[in-house]
Amino acid sequence: MSEQRLAVRKTYKLYIGGAFPRSESGRSYVVTGSDGAFLANAALASRKDVRDAVVAARKAQPGWSGATAYNRGQVLYRVAEMLDGRRAQFVEEVGSSEGLNHKQAAASVEAAVDRWVWYAGWADKVAQVAGSSNAVAGPFFNFSVPEPTGVVGVLAPQTSSLLGLVSVLAPVLVTGNAVVVLASEKRPLPAITLAEVLATSDLPGGAVNLLTGRVAELAPVLASHRDVDALDLAGAPPALVAELELAAVTNVKRVLHPDATEPDWSASPTPRRMLAFLETKTVWHPVGV
Amino acid sequence: METEATTTMPAGVGPGSLVSGQAGAPLVGTAAVGGSIVGADGSAADMLAQLGRSETELRRFLHGLPGVDQVGAEARVASLATRSIKTTAKLWALEMAVRMVDLTTLEGADTPGKVLSLCAKARRPDPADATVPSVAAVCIYPDLVPIAKRALAGSSVKVAAVATAFPSGRASLAVKLADVRDAVMGGADEVDMVIDRGAFLSGRYGLVLEEVQAVKQACGQAHLKVILETGELVTYDNVRRASYLAMVGGADFIKTSTGKVSPSATLPVALVMLEAVRDFADLTGTRVGVKVAGGIRSAKDAIRYLVVVNETVGESWLHPSMFRFGASGLLNDLLMQRSKQLTGDYAGTDDYSLS
Amino acid sequence: MTWDYAPAPESRAIVDIHSSYGLFIDGAFVEPTDGSAYKTENPANEEVLADISAAGPHDVDLAVEAAGRAQKTVWGPMPGAERAKYLYRIARIIQERSRELAVLESLDNGKPIRESRDVDVPLAAAHFFYYAGWADKLEYAGFGPDPRPIGVAGQVIPWNFPLMMAAWKLAPALAAGNTCVLKPATTTPLSALLLAEIIQQADLPPGVVNVLTGAGSVAGAALVAHPGVRKVAFTGSTEIGKDLQRSLAGTGKHLTLELGGKGANVVFDDAPVDQAIEGIVNGIFFNQGEVCCAGSRLLVQESIADVVVDKLKRRLATLRVGDPLDKNTDLGAINNAAQLEKIRSLVEEGEAEGAVRWSPSCTLPARGYWFPPTVFTEVSQAHRIAQEEIFGPVLSVLTFRTPEEAVAKANNTVYGLSAGVWTEKGSRILWMAGQLRVGVVWANAFNRFDPASPFGGYRESGFGREGGRQGLAAYLDV
Repeated sequence: MSEQRLAVRKTYKLYIGGAFPRSESGRSYVVTGSDGAFLANAALASRKDVRDAVVAARKAQPGWSGATAYNRGQVLYRVAEMLDGRRAQFVEEVGSSEGLNHKQAAASVEAAVDRWVWYAGWADKVAQVAGSSNAVAGPFFNFSVPEPTGVVGVLAPQTSSLLGLVSVLAPVLVTGNAVVVLASEKRPLPAITLAEVLATSDLPGGAVNLLTGRVAELAPVLASHRDVDALDLAGAPPALVAELELAAVTNVKRVLHPDATEPDWSASPTPRRMLAFLETKTVWHPVGV
Repeated sequence: METEATTTMPAGVGPGSLVSGQAGAPLVGTAAVGGSIVGADGSAADMLAQLGRSETELRRFLHGLPGVDQVGAEARVASLATRSIKTTAKLWALEMAVRMVDLTTLEGADTPGKVLSLCAKARRPDPADATVPSVAAVCIYPDLVPIAKRALAGSSVKVAAVATAFPSGRASLAVKLADVRDAVMGGADEVDMVIDRGAFLSGRYGLVLEEVQAVKQACGQAHLKVILETGELVTYDNVRRASYLAMVGGADFIKTSTGKVSPSATLPVALVMLEAVRDFADLTGTRVGVKVAGGIRSAKDAIRYLVVVNETVGESWLHPSMFRFGASGLLNDLLMQRSKQLTGDYAGTDDYSLS
Repeated sequence: MTWDYAPAPESRAIVDIHSSYGLFIDGAFVEPTDGSAYKTENPANEEVLADISAAGPHDVDLAVEAAGRAQKTVWGPMPGAERAKYLYRIARIIQERSRELAVLESLDNGKPIRESRDVDVPLAAAHFFYYAGWADKLEYAGFGPDPRPIGVAGQVIPWNFPLMMAAWKLAPALAAGNTCVLKPATTTPLSALLLAEIIQQADLPPGVVNVLTGAGSVAGAALVAHPGVRKVAFTGSTEIGKDLQRSLAGTGKHLTLELGGKGANVVFDDAPVDQAIEGIVNGIFFNQGEVCCAGSRLLVQESIADVVVDKLKRRLATLRVGDPLDKNTDLGAINNAAQLEKIRSLVEEGEAEGAVRWSPSCTLPARGYWFPPTVFTEVSQAHRIAQEEIFGPVLSVLTFRTPEEAVAKANNTVYGLSAGVWTEKGSRILWMAGQLRVGVVWANAFNRFDPASPFGGYRESGFGREGGRQGLAAYLDV
């Protein structure tokens, strides 16, 4: 029966404010596999979509950072459960997007799930590692706490369509930032499927927003946007990096400079990607009767 | 009222000092309410006389009241919300809640027709079931009071009118008092006034107190509810202080909200107000009622409020003369839950008449 | 007009209690080889709940050997990320089966269902979640680049928070790469046995966790003395803790102890009074006062003492004592007859010493082990009821005049587990926290627990911390 049966193909839309709209520009672009075969028409996001995504992120951010760390950890763990449940679908999409065989794609997807679990466990521990009470020379209790920066724009890696994406998204999200992600331009499909996972995991709408389209068109909009507090340039085309970092200066964004070449995402992560998007707040209080 | 540079303080004033009462046992709760400002017989009137003497003394008294820890108050409420009220207890609560409703319409678009409809519902909440008691009162704008009075003649349902430039309270005292007199002359049994939140938040407590007193006077025989608008006061400390201001000024009831500002009534706010009326009763012997208004939509919410009343001030406040719900949609949910208790079946919204 | 809330019983039917239970060794429930059996009962009505195996010395050998094998060949070599996922599974299943666990806990322990449902079970799950997240991050915990586990942990827990104590012990030990042999308290084995079933559902490799029910003097003693057990963790009375510490003297075994307390709840005249009353009530009546960190001494500033005591007494009139399975019950049964006798005896002593005893009126059930909430006023530091841990719903009220005097009285004890401070003045909170010789200070709060928050005592309340990053120290060979 299966050979004759026509598949019901998925439509790939943007993920903004917890919903899946098409681009306001009405545009789309063709996504092909590594072998050139047609995979889907993905939404081609516009600068207005970026604007809407930033608005959604800003709206969601206080609620997300105001949740207890335990709650954020639970939500992220739920995301991992949903991801693992959809393993087969991701293996297929990653395989066709990246030209990997089944075994390689499966390894990549499993690493992505485990990577997400690793970050989920950090939610209620970052403060213990990045915070401190400080022994100042006076009758004061002095403590430092890490706080999320706010709204972070993330350029997802161009090559590693799921593992790379997870490796840059999870650390920003777990500490209470809200995120606007530009997916890999040529390999965006696993990102949209990940967005579907996020939408069914109790993650508040707007905490993560995901756009597909031309990096060269959209990244400068994010970089110059004054309501974006920080940028992760992991997926920025090398030729664009300097321009983006210049544009970011308008509101003194915190910028994570990319590696010269896309790293091996299967290597064990460090807390670096979480710390890059945390501010430190230090409080003094007198000690006395 | 002048703000005095120096005040002659009655002996023993100051936080933590117990008054040496002349009449009977030392006043319990005195020290916890910031000092011995209560006079020889400990009455509310006496308290008013002393506090009314100076803005400074009033401020000292209010700021000497014990603070409210937000987290602790909310935790207490959360714990009380786990009470499981079943079967006979639930039925009792639902029927008592119906009797406590001030059925409300406060819209610019209100007409005589709307008020007539409301009054009919207030009198007989369920046309199909005569065993459902009437509600306590209707709550309407003052110009519609005569219509309500006629419609409710012969029933036990009272007519409560909002007044004093409700909901904002931003008008001169003269205008606000005229508003009250209008309502009273129209026949209102109860007046729901608003305090001047601008005055409160800028520390002019004396002005707030004076207005409550003046409105109480203008009410004559009508029973006075003082709306604190707790959503604008924001902190629980402010809610406690405003509660005392209203009670010292002569309120028969203190009320949470106008329903026009969000948040309106919340369980922690009700807890703080109930603690205030309890302490005030200890201090002066005067029992003041509490009305929660705005945002109470479900029977489940209403029962939670009754639990807070029961376990904070006790069962003597579980009566329409001491506790009210300002609500509209709540009534039908109470009827629906009552019907479920009695028949075992879930009802639908069309089983109940509109108000 | 009295508004009775009507009975609101939680259903027993939700949990399946077997008629008898074996020991959980090497992934399976087995009969004792040289042990015996005993019965566990519901302290609310003395009804027998089930037959329980009592492990003998050979059973202990088998369990420790299984744990040792599992640690060397499976659990120790396993990557932290995989260990983490097992712990996440256990946490999840606890959440899924939370209602069964809560009902079972109330039946076996006597505590109100509201507490087991809202505190014990959620915290147990939370501990597994929290420590799951450390299993693959040990290099960031502050113990060096590659901290190693110790080996097999022998863990003996008390009857006051049976499931929660099991979680507090197992979660960090497993996260760090150790395997465990857990000995639940004699009178409260059931939730640990259900946890063993959950562990089977999680497919935890055999031998990683073993549960030996039985007597402290037999199974417990054999376990801590066993040469294959290099790490011992004990929560219980100071008296037994000292016995245990004596028995380990010279052995070089890693040891942590969480013992008794006589917590001081200090209320200043500028306290948020109504919340302080709640803190006092929670401090001594939560879990029937059978809590090591209970606020069993109220130190109230003399200037507001009358007000506070009066408000407290009025508040206690709304405390509901009765059937633990009724959702509206606030105070349940005392866990066992021996404890009830201890409470009675100390309370009689308190009266003999001259303190003034008061209880709200309440009806106690005819069968079961019950004690009414009790407040002693006019208590002095020299009274036994101010110094000795009663471990029941009995509060001793003392007064103080100044912060220095409060500190002196609060610290005038061999214990050092917890204290409460009630004042609206921030600097005083911090000053008091610095002065009080206790491991946990609750300011304008009491009895707050979280897996991220280290818990443990000073002095004779024990040593070592459970919870937080610090909680890993006990289970790493550092």
